Order: sequence, then C-alpha cells, then structure tokens
Amino acid sequence: MRYVIIGNSAGAVGAIEAIRQYDRDNSITVLADEPYPTYSRPLITYLLGGLVGEERMLYRPPDFYERYEVEPMLGVKVVQIEPQERKLTLAGGGTLAYDQLLIATGGIPFVPSVPGDDLDGVFTFTRWEDARRMRSFIEGYGVRQAVVVGGGFIGLKTTEGLVARGMKVTIIELADHILSACFDRTASRLAEAILHREEVEVRTGTTVQEIIGRAGKVDQVVLREGERKECDLLVFAIGVRPNTALAPREAGIATNRGILVDDYMRTTAPDVYAAGDVVEALDMLLGTRRTIAIWPLAYRQGYVAGCNMAGVEREYEGGIPMNSVEVCGVPTISVGITDPQEDGYEVLEELNQEEMTYKKLVLRHNRLVGAILIGDIDRAGIYTGLIRDQATGGGFKDDLLAENFGLISLPRDYRKHLVTGEGMVV
Amino acid sequence: MKRIYVNEEYCIGCRLCEIHCLVHHSRSRKIIKAFKEEMPRPLPRVLVEEEGPLSFAMQCRHCAEAPCIEACITGAIHRDDLTGTILCEEEKCVGCWMCVMVCPFGAIRRNVQGRKAISKCDLCYGQETPVCVIYCPNEALVYEEREP
Amino acid sequence: MALSLLSPEFRVDRDEAHCIACQVCVRQCANDVHIYDEEEDRVYSDESSCVGCHRCVTLCPTQALTVRRHPLDFRSNANWTPQAITDVFKQAETGGVLLTGMGCDRPYPIYFDHILLNASQVTNPSIDPLREPMELRTYLGRKPDRVEVGLTAQAVEVMTELAPQLTLETPILFSAMSYGSISYNAHRSLARAARECGILYNTGEGGLHRSLYEYGPHTIVQVASGRFGVHPGYLRVAAALEIKIGQGAKPGIGGHLPGEKVSAEISQTRMIPEGTDALSPAPHHDIYSIEDLRQLIYALKEATNYTKPVAVKIAAVHNVAPIASGMVRAGADIIAIDGLRGGTGAAPTVIRNNVGIPIELAIAAVDERLRAEGIRNQASILAAGSIRNSADVVKAVALGTDAVYIGTAALVALGCHLCQKCYTGKCNWGIATQDPYLTKRLNPNIGARRLTNLIRAWSLEIKEMLGGMGINALESLRGNRDHLRGVGLNEVELRTLGIKAAGEA
Repeated sequence: MRYVIIGNSAGAVGAIEAIRQYDRDNSITVLADEPYPTYSRPLITYLLGGLVGEERMLYRPPDFYERYEVEPMLGVKVVQIEPQERKLTLAGGGTLAYDQLLIATGGIPFVPSVPGDDLDGVFTFTRWEDARRMRSFIEGYGVRQAVVVGGGFIGLKTTEGLVARGMKVTIIELADHILSACFDRTASRLAEAILHREEVEVRTGTTVQEIIGRAGKVDQVVLREGERKECDLLVFAIGVRPNTALAPREAGIATNRGILVDDYMRTTAPDVYAAGDVVEALDMLLGTRRTIAIWPLAYRQGYVAGCNMAGVEREYEGGIPMNSVEVCGVPTISVGITDPQEDGYEVLEELNQEEMTYKKLVLRHNRLVGAILIGDIDRAGIYTGLIRDQATGGGFKDDLLAENFGLISLPRDYRKHLVTGEGMVV
Repeated sequence: MKRIYVNEEYCIGCRLCEIHCLVHHSRSRKIIKAFKEEMPRPLPRVLVEEEGPLSFAMQCRHCAEAPCIEACITGAIHRDDLTGTILCEEEKCVGCWMCVMVCPFGAIRRNVQGRKAISKCDLCYGQETPVCVIYCPNEALVYEEREP
Repeated sequence: MALSLLSPEFRVDRDEAHCIACQVCVRQCANDVHIYDEEEDRVYSDESSCVGCHRCVTLCPTQALTVRRHPLDFRSNANWTPQAITDVFKQAETGGVLLTGMGCDRPYPIYFDHILLNASQVTNPSIDPLREPMELRTYLGRKPDRVEVGLTAQAVEVMTELAPQLTLETPILFSAMSYGSISYNAHRSLARAARECGILYNTGEGGLHRSLYEYGPHTIVQVASGRFGVHPGYLRVAAALEIKIGQGAKPGIGGHLPGEKVSAEISQTRMIPEGTDALSPAPHHDIYSIEDLRQLIYALKEATNYTKPVAVKIAAVHNVAPIASGMVRAGADIIAIDGLRGGTGAAPTVIRNNVGIPIELAIAAVDERLRAEGIRNQASILAAGSIRNSADVVKAVALGTDAVYIGTAALVALGCHLCQKCYTGKCNWGIATQDPYLTKRLNPNIGARRLTNLIRAWSLEIKEMLGGMGINALESLRGNRDHLRGVGLNEVELRTLGIKAAGEA
C-alpha cells in the first residue's frame, strides 16, 4: 500500500505524523515542487528581515524523513492526477501510482495584472526562494524605499521584515482599512497608529495601477488616483488563493474556489484527500465551507486526513480563522468572528489609546465567537478555547474583559470538564 | 504519563511554586543568586491564578493532542519521544506567539526580556519530580498518572 | 486619639542578604505584618501586629526571617512583671476583659516534671518491645463488679453481660475541640487520624459536621451546656456521648463563639441561625443537682438504647474527688477530668491562669477516692490538661487514669505555635479559624498524617517505657503508683499524689 502526498508543508507533515502513528509498515512518498526539505513558510518574512538565518528555516529536524520512513521527492512537480487510474503524472514524464493520495498543494500568490510587473525589483512573496532573491536584490542594489501591496496579515509580516532591514515602507491596501480580514475598524486604526509611529506609511482605499521602471528596475509606482511614489522594491503580498491546478473538472475532484472536502477531508474522488490552504473545509463558526489559510488549521486538516487515510476514522471539527501578528513590535491576536455586521451579536470592548491596547470580545447567543487583542495578548488562548468549545459565557461574561481573566473566572464545573483527566481536581 | 495536578482546595496562594520554578530554570539554580543577580530574571513557567480565597497553580497540561504543536510554525514545540513531555526548543522559537493564541489553558508565557521566545513548563525535564510539586508547602500540587 | 501605651510583643528580624523580596511572607501573614514596597522593591515589616506564630519564618524560602521577643526592658521588678504592667495598660485602654487562647502559661509547678519512672533490672527483667508482644489496648466504660466465666464445649466465655465499652488501641484520645473554635479541616484531620490509629476524637460542643458521620465509630460527641448540634442522628452515629459540665481552661464559666465566626456551615452544624453569637451558658440550665445529672445521663442512655458509654467531663477543681464520686454513682461510665493547663479557643486570661488544679493531683485524688469507695471499676477515668509527651502519658496512667485526652499536643502536631491568639480567628496555620483564606492552609491529608505520626511515635515510646519497667500490658501500670517516685516535692504533695520520694525503695 502506498501513501502519496503532494505537498511538503504543514498539511503534509500533519498527515505524515498521523499516518505513522497508526501505520509503520506501508510506504509514504512526498512530492514537493520546491527543492527543500519541509520548511516553515511563515518564516520567510523573518528570513527576509534577517531575524533568522537559513539554518533555522527547516520545519522538522534534518532526519525527519528518515525517522518517519518517508521517501521525499524534492523539486518534483506533479502535472496531472488521474483518480480513476490512481496515477500521477510528473513533470519530465514519469508517473507514480498511489493507493491513498493527499493533495496539500497550498496556495499560490494572488497577483493582479499590472503594467510593469515584470520589472526587476518586483516580487511575490510566498516561497523560500522569494526571500533569497529579495535579499540578494536588496543587498545588491541598496534598497531604501519599498512598497508593499496588500495590507493584510501577509503584507504586515512582510513590512516587518523590510522595516527590520531599515527600509522606509509604504503599504498599499485596497480596502478602506488594513487587516480587514481579521480586525475591526478600531483595531485597524490602532494598528495604523502604531505603524505611523514607526514611520511606515499606510495608504488605504487605493491600489497600484502601474509600475514604472528605469533601466529595467522598478523606480516608481502609480496609484489609482494618479499619484506617484518613489519605489526601489515592490512586493505583492495580497494573499494566496488555493492552488487547485491539479484538480481541474476532468479529474473528478470537485472544487469551488478551493478543493471541496467533507468532514473526513475526503474529496469527491475516491481515496483522494486534501488538506491545507488548498481546501474549502468547514468553518466552525459560520457553519459553511470556506478556505481559511492558517498554519495550525493546515496541520490539523493534514492530521485528520492522515488518520482517515490510515483507516482510523477521524472527524474534522471545523476551523476558526485566527492570526497572531506583531505590528512593529506590538503583539496582536485575532480569532473568530471579529467584526460582525449582522444583528444578534454582543460586543464587549476596551480601548486604551495612550497605551495602544485594545481588547474586544464578540458573543453570539451568549457564546464567545470572536476576540481581538492588541498589546496585551497574554493567555489569549483561553478565549480561543472558549470559542472552540462554544462554552456558554452567561456566567462569566462580566469577567471576560477583566485584567485577571483566566480559568479561575470560569464556572467550576466547566473548568473541571475542560481539564478532566489532564488537569485539576476540583 | 505522569502529570502535575492541583487541588484548588489546598492551594494557599503562597506562590512558592512560581519561585522554585524560576530558580530551577535559572542559570545558577541558587535562589538568592537567581533573584538578586541574574538579569533579566528568568520567568516561572507555572502561574498561580487567584481570586478572593480561591487560588490554584496552572501550567502546561502536556496534552495528548497538543494545539501548540499544531500551531508552531518553526517546529520548535515538539513532543519528547522518551517521556511524552511537550518541550520547546527555545533557540528555534521566533516569538510568533501562535502557541499563545491556541493554548486553551493560557499556559504559555511570552518571554520578551532579551530574545523573544516562549516559556513553558517542561516538567523539570531530567528530574524525577518537578520542583513545584516538591516545594508546595501544602501538598496542593501532586505528580501522578491518571489516565485510564 | 490618645496614645497607646502598648509596644509590639515581637520583633521581626529580616536578613537583607537572604531576603529576595519574593513576598511569600507578605501573602501568608494574616496580621499584615509584612509589606511590599513596590518603589523600592523590598519587603519591610510593621511588627505592631506580630503575634509570633512563625508562619512567615517557616515558609520563607531563603530562611531570611526570624522572630524575637521585643527587647523592650522595664526596670527589673520581680513583682510587677512586664506582663502584669502590660495587662493593666490594655485594660486601661479598652475597659474589657482580657482574652487569651490555649492553656495556662504561668509557672505553676508541673508535677509530671517532678515524677520519675522506674526501670527493671536484675530481679525483674525488662521486656524488649520489639521482640515481645506489648498490650497498649485499653477499654473505656463501666466494668462489672464481678465477672462470671463459663466453660462451653468450644471455649472459655464471659457469661456476665458487659456494659458498652470503647476500644482504644493506645491510651490516647483527641480532646474536645469544637467545630467553630477550630476549622473543618482540623476536625477532618482529627477524625481521620483517630480512625487510622484505632482511637477516638471528641467533637467538642460545636456539633458534628455531616460529612464526618463516616468516622462515627471513632467519634465521641459532646452534649454541652449550649446543646449545639444535639439531635437524635448526632447521638446515634457516635461511639460514645460526653456531657460537658466544665473545662480545665475556664472552670465554672461558659463559652462564646462570636457571630462573625458563625458561617453557613457552622450554623447548620450547630443548629443556630447564621451570624448569631453561640453562647454556651455556665451551667447546664437543666442540671442544678446531682440528681439532674443522673437524669440527663439516663436520658442519653435511653435515647441510644444503652448501647453507648456516657461520659461526663468536669474541670479539675478543689472538690474534684467527691464530685467524681457523685458522677460515678449518677451513672457516668467514664469520668473525664480536665486540669488547670487545659487549652481553649477563647477564655478570659484571668480565669485561665488562676482557676483549677493541676491534672496530676486530680488524677491521683479521684483514683484514690473511687478505690476507697470501692467503685473504681464502675467508671473509667480520662485525664486531660497538658499531656505533652509519652512520659506524661505513662505517668498519668500510673497515677490512676485509664487513658488521656490530648488537645494542645494535637494542635501543635498540626502546626500550632502557641501564639495564644486563637480568639482573634486569624490563626495563620488554618487551625483556629473559619476564614476561608486561612482554613485552606490545613490540608487534612497532611494533618491526619502528622497526627497519626504523633500517636504512633508516642505509642512506641510508651512501649519502650513499659518494657523498661518490666510490664507488657498497660493495665498492669494503671494506678500502679509504686512505679513512680517524686523528686523535689514536699510531703503533702507526695501524699496527695500517693507516691514515694525518689531514693525510697
């Protein structure tokens, strides 16, 4: 029996570690289109900023594949899946048969087509290779002024990396506030204030219309209203969309924006699973399927897929969007539904403009469904746990914003239930 | 696997557990030196929650299915093969705080003195009994195996 | 406000080289003696409220603290001692009765420390308790005048019907300390240790908490003047009942538990409204004569179907011998005598220090009197009032008691440092308090273990002493005054105790 995994990141590793828990006999093959052992993709912004060196990029120890008895095929691209034949076609002509297949191909950068995007100094930023190339470029040409297109989570992390290298950065965001996927307006404004304090310019409600070069290198950008800005480096950090290239309709693997999977991470093709940024899976709070491209969810989905592939039935409980990003050294965390527009939600919030701290909690039917924390993020996971458990916050609602909110604020029975077998005897 | 359990009935909120945890994870492991001379002072990995007369010590539960391992982007948090303890290789940690975001017990602390990294209970790895259990003056903390 | 003339009783010495400002002392002191100054990052002490309980000293992780008597000296005066002066200052300031806790601390003679034991040599060999069986078991209750023994086909059997007896594996019981004066956790520790050691504990006059009913076979329940917590279930669950007439620490007066200490739990156990003062009147208002006592004794026996021994507890006062005789004739199965040094949760200092007689003299007097009247078998004697170690136990038994009650010793085993501030309800060791912050400090797992250890240690020592005397059963020691000799005692004392002087064969 052969397990084959297309992909080599969080989802793939989750699957490998799950499979090997139950099955040490059958072979696992991993196909990675990048020529590296499994590495931590989020660390590329740290690598860019010089906060980590290349030696810290690996996600698992160098002997990982050996210990888990996995055959890595690195730098090998898959061009076609034939689920009926249980066969993969590889770039360069080879084929590979499988019994159980996991598609964990992740996301590809979302890049709008803009005139001048082929100039030197224009980058997308999702791969180790991108970080390397950007570093060479920066070191080679001494960049001082950078433009980051995208004011979301990835754009912010990229900005951090560039600021760490002493660059002046301008963030261009299409929406009317940055981090609109995870923050509400108050939090966004606070984040902007923090960025402003560190001399990062933020332009919202606009986009790059044209990139103008000089001697083949990027020199200026033209914004929507016609304004021009100096620029030695431009990074598209808008986000990713599911890399569903391998699942065209003919393959029999149903997709929407991402590959559709059920609660066992199965696609519509037999013995084909999918996990990670490429899928549309259950969003626990919305009750619908959508893509949530977050590292911990990718791992968990891979893990659930791996269990099911190895014959151990395991259900995916659903994902919650969550992000931890530092804005110029100020830690922020956002979880769940943070900016509800409809009725039926209750919001508790506390903003301290001078100290630049913000805490917001969103409840629906007395259950916690979202949280934003800026500045003081200690023990934020307790809120995440309450959101996951959909615990009724009726009893402790008043304590949620308190400074010493903790497990002690929760009802004794719930605390006992939360920690039974692994924790406190009440 | 043995874990630390607390009887909140008997916790007296003295915080000697925090003190001894800090000392055990200091450079010198000598209490007076750790407090008076080691700067920045090391962080204790156990936290005493207190409200009125109710108090108890809280630390990493070393969960069988740990959200922190899933959330860790660098692979710094891992399970020790030998003991099942969940450990963090602090040199690998970059202080992204994803684990802080997912730990439902709030058991992971941010260490921002010097290099950013997390700080978490390691069951006093290498010792027979964790020091918080040894030094709890009222036997509120016990170290025992409890799964079925 | 007029100046207070009172100076601190104690001084706290903090070794700054050791102090790490961890603030454990700040958190642990119920009297707020230690204070943390955030600006200076150091802890300093305000000793005016230090009671010398040593909680901070014991918990300090670097042994940075010690507590000393405050070194304020008055001009030397053998008559007007500093204590006498300070007491007058206090009363001039408050106009109130001076209160105190625990037992009499004045330097009256301690007769136990003037009594020496015998050992066997040459003609009557000593016994090795590690190699030969030693019987410490004691039965408390009325013994018959004569025992008829019959021979059946199988065995020798006692034909006489025996009155109900209490079985003790060692002649030590835990004395009466009420739930209210001490904490629930303290009661639980006593109950568990009693069961573990095969002895009994006494509920005191505060009733019995429902969750402790499981220890019933090891419980003596008290029926005191306030009749707190007395109901049929209470009587039924116990192994024995004790009518409390008096207490060694405060003979002749009643008791008072302030309303602040009457929590929901205590209210339920004592059967009084929450927050009301629990007043135990001085006399039982239905016992004004020995006949009345007899009536109550038999009422209790009727209520429990004559299945449990009924004890009567009195303080050791001048007429203790005739009183005891009357009690025995009134039907008491056990006479419990509480001496001058007996402890209390709260009593007026002047009563505690000046009323009553030492237990050693009382035991001898009562034992002698009952024997003289030929009724010694009709009741067992229980003695209380500062039994401090196993030697005191052995001496007490030799003087004539069947077994001893320990109160102060038990609390010291639990952590009491005899600071004598029990009446404030701020016991830092979690013993004499109902404050939930403080009662947590006494973990019954640890408390029961410490009490059990104490009883075990004393029992081993008693066996060693008995073996040394050439005795292998406690009942051979009981009332056996010839094993005792007095040292530094005058003729009257020797005569009262019924012992010879050391040096006499």
